[in-house]
Amino acid sequence: MKKFFSSALARGLLWQVIGFFIGAGLVTGIRALMGLTTTDTFFFTEPAWVLGALFGALSFLVGCGVMDDWIKWARGIDTHDNHEEHWHGWEKYINVSFDHKVIGIQYTMIALLLIAIGGTFAMIFRTELAASQLQFLTTDLKLFGQNGPQLYNTLMSLHGIVMIISILLGISGIINYAVPLLIGAADMSFPRLNAFSYWIAVPAAITLVSSLFLGGFDTGWTGYPPLSARAPVGMQMFFMGVFIAGWSSILGALNVVVTVLRMRAKGMTAFKMPIFVWAGLATSIIAMTATQFIGLAFQLVMFQRLLGMGFFDPTKGGNPVLFQHLFWFYSHPAVYVFILPGLGVISELLPVFVRKPLYGYRWIAMSSIGIALVGFVVWAHHMFTSSMNEYLRVPFMYSTLLVSVPTGVKFFSWVATLWKGKISTPTPMLFVLGAIVVFLMGGLSGPPHATVSTDLHLHDTYFVVGHFHDTIFGGFVFPFFAAIYYWFPKATGRRMNEFWGKVHFWLMTPSFFILTFGMMYVGLLGMRRRIADYDPALGIDTAHLILTIAGFAIFFSVLIFFINFFYSIKNGEKAEGNLWNSRSPEWQVPSPMSLHNYPTPIEVIGEPYDYGLKDSPYTRFVEAPKGKGKH
Amino acid sequence: MQHFVIVGILVIITTILTYLGLDVAGLAKQQHPIAASAQSVSIDQLWQWEMIVISFLFAVIFVPMMYSLVAFRQKKGEMKDGEHMEGNTSLEIAWTVIPLFLVVIFAYLGGWSLGEVRRVDPQALVINVKGQQFTWTFEYPEYGIITNELHLPADRQVVLKMTSIDVIHSFWVPEFRIKQDVVPGRITEYRVTPTLVGNYKVRCAELCGTSHAYMENAVIVNTQADYDAWIAEQAELAKLAAQTPEGQGRLLTVRNGCTGCHSLDGTPLTGPTWFNIFGKTEEMNDGSTLVIDEAYLIESILNPNAKIVAGFPSPSVMPAFVFSDEELANIIAYIKTLK
Repeated sequence: MKKFFSSALARGLLWQVIGFFIGAGLVTGIRALMGLTTTDTFFFTEPAWVLGALFGALSFLVGCGVMDDWIKWARGIDTHDNHEEHWHGWEKYINVSFDHKVIGIQYTMIALLLIAIGGTFAMIFRTELAASQLQFLTTDLKLFGQNGPQLYNTLMSLHGIVMIISILLGISGIINYAVPLLIGAADMSFPRLNAFSYWIAVPAAITLVSSLFLGGFDTGWTGYPPLSARAPVGMQMFFMGVFIAGWSSILGALNVVVTVLRMRAKGMTAFKMPIFVWAGLATSIIAMTATQFIGLAFQLVMFQRLLGMGFFDPTKGGNPVLFQHLFWFYSHPAVYVFILPGLGVISELLPVFVRKPLYGYRWIAMSSIGIALVGFVVWAHHMFTSSMNEYLRVPFMYSTLLVSVPTGVKFFSWVATLWKGKISTPTPMLFVLGAIVVFLMGGLSGPPHATVSTDLHLHDTYFVVGHFHDTIFGGFVFPFFAAIYYWFPKATGRRMNEFWGKVHFWLMTPSFFILTFGMMYVGLLGMRRRIADYDPALGIDTAHLILTIAGFAIFFSVLIFFINFFYSIKNGEKAEGNLWNSRSPEWQVPSPMSLHNYPTPIEVIGEPYDYGLKDSPYTRFVEAPKGKGKH
Repeated sequence: MQHFVIVGILVIITTILTYLGLDVAGLAKQQHPIAASAQSVSIDQLWQWEMIVISFLFAVIFVPMMYSLVAFRQKKGEMKDGEHMEGNTSLEIAWTVIPLFLVVIFAYLGGWSLGEVRRVDPQALVINVKGQQFTWTFEYPEYGIITNELHLPADRQVVLKMTSIDVIHSFWVPEFRIKQDVVPGRITEYRVTPTLVGNYKVRCAELCGTSHAYMENAVIVNTQADYDAWIAEQAELAKLAAQTPEGQGRLLTVRNGCTGCHSLDGTPLTGPTWFNIFGKTEEMNDGSTLVIDEAYLIESILNPNAKIVAGFPSPSVMPAFVFSDEELANIIAYIKTLK
């Protein structure tokens, strides 16, 4: 316990609380001097909460010590380039470390924590939806300053955004852990910036979830004004949380781009990079250049609420539809940020378990870049009914349908990779195969949204909800689990239980098909998104009951995963060698890997996926020239 | 070669089975639910074509994948690698270019279908629509009729000129297939030609707050003759109502959407019901009790937050209204009649 209270995490949290009270107190003091009201429903006034949240997050960063080296540099004090580890075991993960592997695991842990929170929210409102009428989130209920339907809206909105932040942190986790290993680097280009990107996500997540206790927000994760301009204080915590998390995304992506461009092993030309590195690069280019727009859009609404600037207020000459453009200019490319690393994991793991080269490697690599680029010009397909200029709908229909071409290339290449292989199906491979099928369902339910006229019916219904759960589960959740089962032995030297891994898969996959297909079905029949109650006349009560049961089955399968995960860290079967018989360099050294990864630098002398070709290694270790000291 | 023949046959079978499966679920030939507008014809046609192509694409990926899993499975104890195939450029070009053609075809069909949906009839009947938290108000400008139920004649194009007084809503009648957002500060247009006589509901499709789920009003499609009779009756009622205080009060409450939250039949919605409200003794949320009288009603209309009945949202979600003294008297006269 003492180790926890002296950790960077505990210090950061304490400083966040202090920072919050300084910020909130400052505003309250100024308001008192100006003769304005100083208290409100949630004790502090809204401006006090906002400045408090901002000060709190900044104080967290100072308090946890992630900026210590920078502060020393600014004062002219030198620090060691070689950061030594002071901690052992689990302590590493709650203290500031500059090791990309530790940071990757830190990201993964916070992503799993947020998945647990977001999933629990989903179970609460899924239970409410099991039958028409309000069951327990009734108008009589009073919790956190909200009645039942308001709480429903808050939980539904938080489920969306908590899962999204969880995905962003989850992909950072895999990329941070795997990319330097795959390219043979000792670490990321900017280890301190890397740690900073992780630690800034912690106060961001806290700020975001705090909105639940401050009246919540009832706008969905999209936060469209004018509704978001009227919502309770919780709305501001949502904006502020996402705003801060965006910094994590931008800075982390910058680091990945530089690392991939500058730190590859000798001989690793662009088309000899592992395919996951291509995916990580593509996703980072989007995250680095588009995230600013959601931050900006949210900041404008914050200013509209705090300072009365009428950006989106029609009575002051503002334009509510402008917000949607700004919002989706990030938030559509963002879904490619979520899925590209997942698709990269599929492409990376398939050859290992098929024992065959990745079919059409260059095409798959280019299709990631293609998806990333086309993804920038499709945003307005979220706005076909929004009252934007009507002629804009047709070009956005074309660009949206175009995304299916590079996505199709991936599918065809995966199938061709499977063809005539020697396929084995341990748990990671099961999740890869599940990902392909689920993502196929998501991909195929996409075009009816792209063609404008059919979308006029589907927009804002459960059909969309089913569609995007398919794409996100196929593009992120299944590959994320695959990646964890696959690289877990690399990180811990032990493997997760195979039997329970398979139970996890076989419980989750069929339930998930039922869930999303059912969502699409009720959506067509008239089930709208984001409603706490539905008209019994629609005749979808039974369908919803089945959906709820399927939802709980998924919840329990993930619970099995969690138990397996934490149990295996200490008690899993030992697996220190090349467990999957992979060609990738990180499996050529014992697990877990040491600080700075490879004992001697590696050099690329072959193709990454030449399975089935004798005597064609991908990499080899370069002997350190004798007589020279350590670096 | 044998593998390709088997897979080819299985792809054809799976395509047909997938399409038939969707059809059994009722999802192949048209979007659900029943189609009740001229606009839904081209939409459902496009949907059916898409379902055929989707069934085929599903089979094209799914079948060879499953076939490989069975036919090319690693036997127990086998440690050999698979065949060393790196790729085939012509094949890659083929599966890039053929989908590209499909994209162009479907984009063209999508444009055609959208054109059909947006076809304008210059003789269309104009109705003004106002969305607000959490109800719809419909105004027939030619007859001075204001109502919360949308009555439409069959087989005639109607153009709804829609706006919102608060947040964004979305006008969606599932049977009409089309949806259009209703945005404050601008007027959006919804063109529809109802073809099937029946009772439907307009359901708000854009999250608009706490009672968003209940923002549903009746939409009644009648034959032209029945519609004309309804119009005549309503126009007469509107004329009569304008001559009495209660009648004017009722018009004011409909026009301002009061009944979206205050029911007339005793059901508690977002706000207290108006049925039998006058003279009733109510408990307030601060624990005090009072008798609902004229002073209380006036105060509650002008400043909804002053005294809130126990069990209802605090702070109130009702906007503060501005009425003249005469208008307030008319509204109260109307509320008094609700017994």
